[in-house]
Amino acid sequence: MKTFTITAAVGMAFATIASAECGIEAGSVRILGNDFDAISIVTDEARTCASDDVEVTVNLTTEHKNIQVPALSIDPAEYTVAIVANNSIVPLLNDGLIRPLDDLIARYGEDLSPQQMIRVGGETVAIAFMGNAQHLYFRSDVLEEAGVEPPETYEDVLAAAEAIRAAGIQEHPLAATNAAGWYLAAEFVNMHLGMGGDFFEAGTAEPAIENEAGVATLEMMKALSEYMGPDFLNYTADEMKALYLAGDVAIMNQWGSMAGAHIDGETSGNADVSEATVLAAAPTVGGGSIPAAALWWDGFAIAANVSDEDAAASFQAMLHATRPEVAAANPNAATWLIPGFEPTETSQAVLATARAGALAYPMTPQMGLLHTALGAELTDFMQGNETAEEALADVAASYRVSAREAGFLQ
Amino acid sequence: MRTKVFLGFVAPSVALMVLFIALPIASIVVQSLHVEHPRVLEEVETCSPFGGCTTELRVDTTATDSLREAEPLGRFAGLETYLNRNHLASAEIGAILRDNDGPADVVARIYDLPFYKALAFTLAYTFLVTPIAIVAGFFVALGVTGVTKGLRGPVIFMSLLPYIVTPLIGALIIYWMTGSDGIIGATLQVLFDDPGLHLRASPVLTWITLIVYGIWHMTPFAFVVFYAGLQTVPSDTLESAMIDGANRWEQIRYVVIPHLAPLVTFIALILLMDNFRVLEPIVSFQAEAHATSLSWAIYNDLYGQADQLFASAAATSVLTTIGVAVLLMPSLLRTWRSFRERGARS
Repeated sequence: MKTFTITAAVGMAFATIASAECGIEAGSVRILGNDFDAISIVTDEARTCASDDVEVTVNLTTEHKNIQVPALSIDPAEYTVAIVANNSIVPLLNDGLIRPLDDLIARYGEDLSPQQMIRVGGETVAIAFMGNAQHLYFRSDVLEEAGVEPPETYEDVLAAAEAIRAAGIQEHPLAATNAAGWYLAAEFVNMHLGMGGDFFEAGTAEPAIENEAGVATLEMMKALSEYMGPDFLNYTADEMKALYLAGDVAIMNQWGSMAGAHIDGETSGNADVSEATVLAAAPTVGGGSIPAAALWWDGFAIAANVSDEDAAASFQAMLHATRPEVAAANPNAATWLIPGFEPTETSQAVLATARAGALAYPMTPQMGLLHTALGAELTDFMQGNETAEEALADVAASYRVSAREAGFLQ
Repeated sequence: MRTKVFLGFVAPSVALMVLFIALPIASIVVQSLHVEHPRVLEEVETCSPFGGCTTELRVDTTATDSLREAEPLGRFAGLETYLNRNHLASAEIGAILRDNDGPADVVARIYDLPFYKALAFTLAYTFLVTPIAIVAGFFVALGVTGVTKGLRGPVIFMSLLPYIVTPLIGALIIYWMTGSDGIIGATLQVLFDDPGLHLRASPVLTWITLIVYGIWHMTPFAFVVFYAGLQTVPSDTLESAMIDGANRWEQIRYVVIPHLAPLVTFIALILLMDNFRVLEPIVSFQAEAHATSLSWAIYNDLYGQADQLFASAAATSVLTTIGVAVLLMPSLLRTWRSFRERGARS
């Protein structure tokens, strides 16, 4: 009995400390998010806010995009917090499933930097805590052997690839995430942003890719693919990492969040390649001034269909989970957008890409449909079965059909 | 009275069939005839950590919600979804037929349309995998029957393995093996003395890989049914055939095959249905650049980057259902005819 009392007392003391640290009196915090390391660091921190009066549950899954809309549509919502990115926030916004955060920021968010706030139509809809982008990884040893300077434009990349091939060092020195589907479309978006292209006619959901910028984008993607292995339409980010660490690739356009896995010689499995790897900002293209890369953020949003008490508890728990100490303790885990974060080697290139003026992946409501159409319809062009103009016409036709079905076009 | 007894016996299964077959089909038909309401769009300023603020579209959720509440099923579109470019593409086909540079151009341009591209691979896969798996299964069954009794258990288990392995996992493992660093991919490069040979690089090789995978996966099903059938081959008929001087092949040709013939219809029915809904190998082999199927088209509609196209998926499902019905028609007709004949005789 005595032991029990002591345990209970100690437990209560801890609970008081924990909730005091997070500043939450009571409420339920239910988090849904994508499943990768940086996010689990954040959610593990959020868990420490649990106490007798504060419940914290976490569901991290790569299927979060398919769960989130139904789970947040019901009232009360299954989750109070959705961890989202540029693209996955859109369906929640489209259906009005997340709440404006401005009053919560006024009450609790004095330490947030304005840069973290994702604002749509004058309302803050999400708080970003990390950034990501695809950028250049290259082998300094191979470039040196071929006698080429580090590339700063995609035209340089092509010249470097030709030099490496001509010198007989590698037959297929380039790689990009060209896997048919989502990845291929993301590469198009990257390159198209660099070309200064738009995706839609201003103020409408009409596609605006059938033009010079679109053709130039595709021709550059095709020109690069001539220096990639014949199965380049199967290169996902993971596949590309394997190729690169096997020493088969000299220059690639890889995700910034995977930098640690490439340059840490102890865990990468190929210390020589890791040692020689240089991370650099995404190159510019076609004489443009901004890097050909879309910038991504990950952040959290609070469900609309939950009580104000739970919303406040969730907001405070997530602020606690993304406080500066978390970024300082895990400097290599992500490119944190948290105030006071000192960037390390692994996040320099993402930040350099951002500093050079790269644009964010569009949060337009119909972007997801265009992305899907790009992923499915560009493969024929990449295999050389049709012209760039035909491929873009196919993309636009396919997009128009799904946009009409989804109600964006009439 | 007889009718009453009959009804008493079939009523539960009729009820279950309505619940689990008729209602879902009716539901996808209804779904396929509706599309989403027009979204009310407005231009607003959007700000993110990078690139500052831009003017972008946003869905006016209050206005859109009131439209939805008025008509929760969505906007009635009739056959629009069926006829649009991503499905039957009636307008596009019409344009191709009116203005083209000969049959090759017609085929190439129709193949460029997503539905027909998916249909082409689905049919090729179904009509190659089904007969080859049946023949291969038959020979595996014959082989296993010839194995000494003690070894038979393990041999049967090994032969069944490809069918036991979850298709998604089995296909993924083979996908890795067919890479240029994988054991199959690398061996083929050595055998053909061609370092540029990549099974994933061309449509033809991808189709062959997927079809070989399908045969590998489906043969055990045919095998296990034939193996069961082989146990019932009457030994006295076989023995009299032997006395008549029939060699092993003649015994198979004139005794075993006629005895197993009815099983072929059954296996063919199951394999046709299974192969027509091919999906897992396409996903696992990341083959969508070279080969898609009707089921893959449905999957792609429901697993987009963020949006789910329910009407599109429902329309493809209805078209797939019609496709399965057409495929099974010959064997169903045959069953019906033999049923009628038997009825006439008795």
